Amino acid sequence: MTTLPSSTDKKLGLVIDLDTCVGCHACVVNCKEWNTGGYGEPLGDKDAYGAEPVGAWLNRIHTFEVQPDNAPASIVHFPKSCLHCEDAPCVTVCPTGASYKRSEDGIVLVDEDKCMGCGLCAWACPYGAREMDPVANVMKKCTLCVDRIYNENLPEEDRIPACVRTCPAKARHFGDLGDPGSDVSKLVAERGGFDLMPEMGTRPVNQYLPPRKKTRPDTVVAQHENQKVKAQGFLGWLDNALEQLG
Amino acid sequence: MNADVRGLDTSPHVSDEVRKTTCYMCACRCGINVHIRKDENGVDKVRYIEGNRDHPINKGVLCAKGSAGIMQHYSPARLRKPMLRVGERGKGEFKEIEWDEAMELATKWLGDVRAKDPKKLAYFTGRDQSQCLNGFWAQQYGTQNFASHGGFCSVNMAAGGIYTFGGAFWEFGAPDWDKTELFMLFGVAEDHDSNPIKLGLAKLKERGVKVIGVNPVRTGYNAIADEWVGITPGTDGLFILSLVHELFKMGKIDVDYLIRYTNAPWLVIDDEDAPNHGLIARLPDDRRLVLDRNTGKVVPFDTKGVKPALKGFAKTPEGQNAVPVFELMARKYLDDKYEPENVAERTGVPAEQIRRIARELAEAAFEKEITIDQEWIDLKGEKHSKMIGRPVAIHAMRGISAHSNGFQTCRALHMLQIILGSIDCPGGYRFKPPYPKPMKAQPQPHGGSIPNMPLAGPVLGLPRGPKDLLLEKDGTAKRIDKAYSWDAPLAVHGMMHMVISNAFNKDPYGIDVLFMYMANMAWNSSMNTSGTMKMLSAKDDDGEYVIPKIIYSDAYNSEMVSYADLVLPDTTYLERHDVVSLLGRPISEPDAIADAVRWPVVDSATQLDGEGKKRDVRGFQSVVIDLGGRLKLPGFVNEDGTPKFKDYADYITNHERTHEVGPLSGFRGKKGNKTGRGAPNPDQIQRYIENGGFFIHHIPLKAQYFKHANRHWHDWAIEKGIQDHVTENIFRLYLEPLRKFQLCAEGKLEPTPPESHPQRIKDCFNPLPDWYEPFEGAGIDPKEYPYNALTQRPAAMYHSWGSQNAWLRQIHGSNPMYVPGKICKEAGLEDGDWAWVSSHHGKIKVQIKRMEAVNANTMWTWNAIGKRSGAWNLSPDAPEAKKGFLLNHLIHELLPPKSDGMRWSNSDPITGQAAWFDLRVKIEKAEPGDEVTQPQFEPQKSGIEKTVTNVEYGKEWTK
Repeated sequence: MTTLPSSTDKKLGLVIDLDTCVGCHACVVNCKEWNTGGYGEPLGDKDAYGAEPVGAWLNRIHTFEVQPDNAPASIVHFPKSCLHCEDAPCVTVCPTGASYKRSEDGIVLVDEDKCMGCGLCAWACPYGAREMDPVANVMKKCTLCVDRIYNENLPEEDRIPACVRTCPAKARHFGDLGDPGSDVSKLVAERGGFDLMPEMGTRPVNQYLPPRKKTRPDTVVAQHENQKVKAQGFLGWLDNALEQLG
Repeated sequence: MNADVRGLDTSPHVSDEVRKTTCYMCACRCGINVHIRKDENGVDKVRYIEGNRDHPINKGVLCAKGSAGIMQHYSPARLRKPMLRVGERGKGEFKEIEWDEAMELATKWLGDVRAKDPKKLAYFTGRDQSQCLNGFWAQQYGTQNFASHGGFCSVNMAAGGIYTFGGAFWEFGAPDWDKTELFMLFGVAEDHDSNPIKLGLAKLKERGVKVIGVNPVRTGYNAIADEWVGITPGTDGLFILSLVHELFKMGKIDVDYLIRYTNAPWLVIDDEDAPNHGLIARLPDDRRLVLDRNTGKVVPFDTKGVKPALKGFAKTPEGQNAVPVFELMARKYLDDKYEPENVAERTGVPAEQIRRIARELAEAAFEKEITIDQEWIDLKGEKHSKMIGRPVAIHAMRGISAHSNGFQTCRALHMLQIILGSIDCPGGYRFKPPYPKPMKAQPQPHGGSIPNMPLAGPVLGLPRGPKDLLLEKDGTAKRIDKAYSWDAPLAVHGMMHMVISNAFNKDPYGIDVLFMYMANMAWNSSMNTSGTMKMLSAKDDDGEYVIPKIIYSDAYNSEMVSYADLVLPDTTYLERHDVVSLLGRPISEPDAIADAVRWPVVDSATQLDGEGKKRDVRGFQSVVIDLGGRLKLPGFVNEDGTPKFKDYADYITNHERTHEVGPLSGFRGKKGNKTGRGAPNPDQIQRYIENGGFFIHHIPLKAQYFKHANRHWHDWAIEKGIQDHVTENIFRLYLEPLRKFQLCAEGKLEPTPPESHPQRIKDCFNPLPDWYEPFEGAGIDPKEYPYNALTQRPAAMYHSWGSQNAWLRQIHGSNPMYVPGKICKEAGLEDGDWAWVSSHHGKIKVQIKRMEAVNANTMWTWNAIGKRSGAWNLSPDAPEAKKGFLLNHLIHELLPPKSDGMRWSNSDPITGQAAWFDLRVKIEKAEPGDEVTQPQFEPQKSGIEKTVTNVEYGKEWTK
């Protein structure tokens, strides 16, 4: 049983724009390549070239089809990684103290030296955001690139999570959601950002921005037929148009 | 803050060095920062690859494929050494040989052919990006049988664009993302301008600009589009012409733009029985004629002060009747058959949606006009005080291109852009230098085949008309793929998909050597894959292979490798020199020229294979240059016969295509301070490396728009070596070369096509953009094959390459057939069922996944996920082989036979573009049984003992 900090200095997290995400998996793979050579054990891939390849990933994209009654079906791409919850059940359930939430910035991490691979935290997480590494048998989760965001070996502009830096559609934003004046907080306010599954009471830090409304095929705009064309026929209209050119 | 309460180091060492080069995980060519870190043995390893923030293409971002480059570089499917076939073709049985032996053998095979009949070498390169070198090599070798993969990719898009307005999409043009007010996207494949489109969409989303996606499938970009047009495949042209019809009816046409920049006012001869009926009226000195609406006189279009008419009748100096192109357009496109109500059923697009989109286009173009206060002077010398923009941008790719009516559809799309006045204006489509390059600025195609002689000019080019066809005296094709013959007169990228089939049938002739690079013709790059595999291994009565010798180069153990007699192992993209050149397929931006290099950021000699063994591989281009020297090809040897270039890097630096113009435009001249034109600079590649692997040079603002008619642009382009002189670029709404082919078909012009061809040429070669039914649909019983079937490429996979990638194959390891609910209902299918899908040609067994966000009559799947068992060094029971499949098995390279037995190529009749997306199918539930896709093939042997099971990449740095 591990305790959560009563509050954190910052609430670092991600804002993910579902209106813009094209589901390209750039964030998924870039996350993997950064983290496999970084924090803790590599992100292992079991039977990598075989019949049932299984690897550990810290971020995955789920694709949903939405079927409204009165509009064509559409697709929503839904990237999902640890949401660094304020009331993180994965931390309090950990029997060894391996799972912890940092008081500085609210990032939830696994101290792999203490992890015995029991998997309780993955059961406790309502989002399914933790994965057991199939090769090393330690619990893996998003670190919010804690080894990038403060890393003095990287240029300052690169001190952001790998998924945010690489996103080609600019659908991912990183910042302090505890600061109402931060860019990410303003974005959430403007676009109606929401908690994922608020009923679970986990108070996730990461926020999602909803897809904007789409135009339906049968949307009709006010008729403003060009009267000139109608009255004069096309060639008559043409005379006028050329006359105006001088 | 360097450590938290747990002692976590938040500032760990990242890498020893960052080396900047160009990605090759797809054809997009982004700039990458490769972080190099030594392993425990002190050997350079790749720690991390990220996008280069300074790079013009990707501006720092990187897609899934690019981010998986580490796994591609360390793939256990990498080839290790040259190999000579020892078993039968297709088995994958080889012995390793030394490079000396491999090169001697290749030189002997190629030298013998060159001394006898050079065209008996068919040299085709696939997805590679060095066509510029390869085309030059083929020309010097003396064979007309060269092309890259454009014929089965998107030649309609390229040819339709260049013939119409001297530009095209992707490398040669882009939407004005920063200024456009409405964006339409038609059928785009993910590897074509992948990151730039995503970056562009992000900009539009930020500005709240509407995005309309036209695509039968609502995934990817179409999923986030503000409006989706779920069009029926093969009907994009009809939809576009209906939009054009509406714009004509509304009078929303930029007539000033048409008069200034297009052939809309040019007079077309209207004299039905005359041999020049339908040609442009011109004076003997070739000046095209217009009717002056002020004087009523017929005068050359470039007469000073002329006010050209767009309608009316005129008499040419010879006394023939003539009408302006625009009047022909009005007559054609105002026809009721293009009325939205009359196309709604065929296109699957509701009439009200077509009508509304036409209004939205008109509103964006004419009511949201934007201006830039920048003076400029046009080619006639007229001064303009500002640049006026019609902010409608359109982008399209293979979805509209890979149909038998694709050329006309692409032309229709460009006509739509042009009548809105939105080509190379602020907010519209923008040319990327070195484009615009109209037909006139492009070479004509060349053939020949004289022993030991080069061709007189470039192999590929743009025919101006029937005179430029490559025909033998008896009218048969000079080229093995029949490009530039009556089958496909404007096949400007060749027809790679016909090479193996034609060589096997010895029609028009047999070949001696098939030499291919990075083209997986024994699998996903061929139509009729099973048939192609048989043709590659077929033998004559005397027991010899019908295609006697096959040389193949690839970096990986692909399906095609097993069919080669001699395998030349290529390097990975991190171990090689390459050039992304203005002479080929550049990476310029609309407001800058840009080019780039690849360079060995790791040394292949230190990069062991999956079994820990040393690899002895060479970059293919260096091998080709070496062969050029050994064969003593002009351009590849000095006067004394010694090789001119040591390797590809040497060629990149020192080759001059014309005086002081070479593959790279930056850092030229002895001091490296010249741009475009300048003497070769021995330090050029090093300067590129220091500059981040690329070079960019901006165009002055006054030259940035209206490049087709902008004096400043032409002056600048000439100065930079992009063009040699001013080239007239009047947009061809009316494409006269097509009319010339029709005149041949009508028997009014020489040469005359064979008896089988005239009707089809009359029907399809309309000089004004047109739409006709796709051929496959017209040739089968639509009741028997009621549905369309398509593939599209996923964002996280590129061709077959991705399959041996440990990470990407976890995202796309197998592919279901996505079937819309309507078809499921009609066929009694449930989600997860297995089904047989059949076409007129073949039958495949697949697992289905029900999906609704797709055109109701269209099923689709991901492209090139399915693999031959054992290929790419995957285990034979890999999901790619057992659950994945290729749609290619259903697509024949020939159309169903006509009543007279004639079988046409399954291609566009104008350009020869492979008509992949014309496929028509039926679907039936499969009987219960094993849940394995069909067809299956005997497993391919890899020749490498598999040792890699688990991957724990980066372990040496994390512990």
